Amino acid sequence: MSSLPLGSRIGSLLGRMGLKGRLLVIAIPTVWLLVFFLIPFLVVAKISFSEAAIARPPYLPIVEWIDGFFRVNLNFNNYLFLLEDPLYLAAYLGSVKIAGVATLIALLIGYPMAYLIARSPPDQRNLLLMLVVLPFWTSFLLRVYAWIGFLKGNGVINNLLMSIGIIDEPLVMLQTDFAVYVGIVYTYLPFMILPLYANLVKLDEAYLEASSDLGALPVTTFFTVTVPLSLSGIIAGCMLVFIPAVGEFVIPALLGGPDTLMIGQVLWNEFFSNRDWPVASSVAIVMLFVLVIPIMLLRWAQSAGEGESR
Amino acid sequence: MKRPSRSLMIFGVLGFVFLYAPILSLVVFSFNESRLVTVWGGFSTKWYGELFRDPQILDAAWVSLRVALASATLSVVIGTVASFVLVRFRRFRTKTLLSMMITAPLVMPEVIIGLALLLMFVAMESILGWPGQRGIMTIIIAHSTFGAAYAAVIIQSRLVDMDLSIEEAALDLGAHPVRVFFDVTLPVIAPALMSGWLLAFTLSLDDLVVASFVSGPGASTLPMVIFSKVRLGVSPDVNALAAIIIGVASIGIIVAALQVSRSKKISQN
Amino acid sequence: MSEAIAVTGLKPWTDPNAVPFLKINNVTKKFGAFTSVNNVSLEIYKGEIFCLLGGSGCGKSTLLRMLSGFEDLTSGQIIIDGQDQAGIPPYKRPTNMMFQSYALFPHMTVEKNIAYGLKRDGLPRAEIATRVTDMLSLVQMGAFAARKPHQLSGGQRQRVALARALVKKPKLLLLDEPLGALDKKLREETQFELIKIQESLGVTFVVVTHDQQEAMTLSSRIGVMTAGKIVQVGTPREIYEYPQNRFVADFIGSVNIFEGRIAEDGESHVVVACPEAGLGIYVPHSIAGVIGQKVAVAVRPEKMQISKGDLGDLRNKLSGTIDEIAYMGDSSVYQIRLDSGKRVRVNQSNLFRSEESSLNYGDRVNLGWAGNAGIVVTS
Repeated sequence: MSSLPLGSRIGSLLGRMGLKGRLLVIAIPTVWLLVFFLIPFLVVAKISFSEAAIARPPYLPIVEWIDGFFRVNLNFNNYLFLLEDPLYLAAYLGSVKIAGVATLIALLIGYPMAYLIARSPPDQRNLLLMLVVLPFWTSFLLRVYAWIGFLKGNGVINNLLMSIGIIDEPLVMLQTDFAVYVGIVYTYLPFMILPLYANLVKLDEAYLEASSDLGALPVTTFFTVTVPLSLSGIIAGCMLVFIPAVGEFVIPALLGGPDTLMIGQVLWNEFFSNRDWPVASSVAIVMLFVLVIPIMLLRWAQSAGEGESR
Repeated sequence: MKRPSRSLMIFGVLGFVFLYAPILSLVVFSFNESRLVTVWGGFSTKWYGELFRDPQILDAAWVSLRVALASATLSVVIGTVASFVLVRFRRFRTKTLLSMMITAPLVMPEVIIGLALLLMFVAMESILGWPGQRGIMTIIIAHSTFGAAYAAVIIQSRLVDMDLSIEEAALDLGAHPVRVFFDVTLPVIAPALMSGWLLAFTLSLDDLVVASFVSGPGASTLPMVIFSKVRLGVSPDVNALAAIIIGVASIGIIVAALQVSRSKKISQN
Repeated sequence: MSEAIAVTGLKPWTDPNAVPFLKINNVTKKFGAFTSVNNVSLEIYKGEIFCLLGGSGCGKSTLLRMLSGFEDLTSGQIIIDGQDQAGIPPYKRPTNMMFQSYALFPHMTVEKNIAYGLKRDGLPRAEIATRVTDMLSLVQMGAFAARKPHQLSGGQRQRVALARALVKKPKLLLLDEPLGALDKKLREETQFELIKIQESLGVTFVVVTHDQQEAMTLSSRIGVMTAGKIVQVGTPREIYEYPQNRFVADFIGSVNIFEGRIAEDGESHVVVACPEAGLGIYVPHSIAGVIGQKVAVAVRPEKMQISKGDLGDLRNKLSGTIDEIAYMGDSSVYQIRLDSGKRVRVNQSNLFRSEESSLNYGDRVNLGWAGNAGIVVTS
């Protein structure tokens, strides 16, 4: 038995614990995620109802014990504040708009690419997929940074266009919403392509042949057969882009201008610059509610996709 | 199989140009003599030299590396146990809760995860007196939490695909369930553990937002340092750093891909 | 003492004093509202190759998994060699299983796969090595000891799986569709090899299969299952020649069924009035029935004879028209339409080589079978 690998020895040790072992095994991930994932949200929710203060930590407790009485300082002001100050509403709407438009652009670019890869010879598909995923493994921050060099006044694009003679004056692209769109589409394109590919590669070509055999033009076939059959992939891809884009901070911070209003940035500033933890918390809670529907859509699309593959 | 049309091919090529042009330009301009990052001033490797003389960057890289190594490992441990429990155990009371908690970080904006964890750490400190100083430890915990979610996705799908009778065979031959896990299950899902680890490692190295929230004074990760530099505009030594990261990641991916295609060929024979 | 049945020719199930080695007492298994195994009782003796035969979903695999300990019983009792198996987990049972998918550990060599179970028993390394080597040579895989499963052919994997399960000398070897993954020719060769190995080791085998050919070749006895119940237990010959009900008659081989009513119930014969056949069918065995009771007579196609001429003194004779002829090489199958419209299937061996069949479509033929060819099935 001396040649047993270490893992096996740990195994036989744990084995002696019997049924308790099972509980322990369940407890490890459950407790970890409770403490470091679920309860933190409750803490955020709690703090969103408390009052900001110049203190450490910078908020007042919700429940206090004063002179033999519980005092509950449940405070809705943070939420009222979000309603009153048009900045927040504009930021939520701005985030949803920017994320939505960027998602649409990503779909328009990603769908043909996914279709192309799915219709490539099988031995080339993995290579092409790897090419799609490869940028994802390099730093996200640096990929966004790359676009600064591309988009700025004396950047690569302006230099190129001016040297060809298409424009005389450099275009203003950096620090605009346009730059934010480019940044989001660029960084999240793989998330659009992968679920679409997974869906399209399963699409039996016989359906397309049957459709054209029955007299449909290729365009008609595409919209009446291909698109409906890949709907779960489309929704999954769109939500995988839309959801993180709504809360995006880095891209608007680096590529956006002073007019670019996104809620992730607002939360960041509320927290780091204004040090108003309760308002930052209520911003986060409202953001969660905004994302509930997209998250549910994503879940549906993913389970539908799984159902098809079984 | 019908070949894709010519216009679709052209579109695809343009798509890949869109994906790769910015990355390639980063690498190209990292060898630029001129400080003006986007104007070519001749070939030079001086920014690489400058990079390796910058103590702030080197310190941050060391912090990031330690955080990524630790959190990737923790992520795989938590992700594996969670996946195993969810896929193999019969129903238990907290199963739905666990399944929800392990997937939720995938769809949660980073700013929210960062804020929530920081507030949690602050609350814990005032109640338990721990974690005291925020820094590397708190970043590792935060990264392990969302890293575990990604690792679990990969590991779960491998566990679901795995032939159950292999585990039953080990049980049948006299191995205790815990032994079966270490002798049979782990070796069979090892490739998934490896990809899960790599994914968690990359995500940790890459993360700016969550680390910014949960880190304390004195513990700056590489993305935090890069971000503060980049906010002030382009800087050639960041290009040099980017080129190094891109080079390492590309080599890693290509080696991993070759490995995978080789093992696939073996298993097909 | 070797109880290998085929060697000794003993039939312990006919001996009232024999002690069953495996007792399955009123075992039931429910999955929610679905009853997979319904009150099954079986006694299996040492050295048997016992086949559980049935279609998919009949509960045979569930029964096997209860023997190995992978499924709990809803009710009932399993006793192996006098020991009740209730509450004993699979890793402590004296059984080993050969899985349908073989379930070889993909990351271990052939040798390590076979040694795995012995290591779990904590045997000395030298003994493990000898037993693994012996087993490898028994299944003729000595040359492949260092290979991984993915480097083996299907037949080779099957041998390794068998060796891995046998090397622990289990009291009971459970085989789940052991030959199901092999192609036809290899399957036939392997059947005999499996019997040889079983005889040389004397281990009791319980085999689950849906393939009646396999069950007939391998087993000392067969238990036919349908819808969670055992409908008949017997030797292959008993099952084939004396099916106790229509399901068994129909499931094993092919059969012609004539519906009718008992017209005459004698001491040692029955006559079944059968309007479909247009005669009273004579069957030379008595049954426990009453006059007028609805029964059916089962006659195997190969036990029938057809001819354009006279059939001599066969007990049951009728006539019809040839509808279809299927030439199979060794035999031909004829579909005969009787005057009542009923179709009957007849197999005739092709005893002589000829280019032309003497019987053709549309020919009027006489058809008959000997008295003892038929059997009455009541349910």
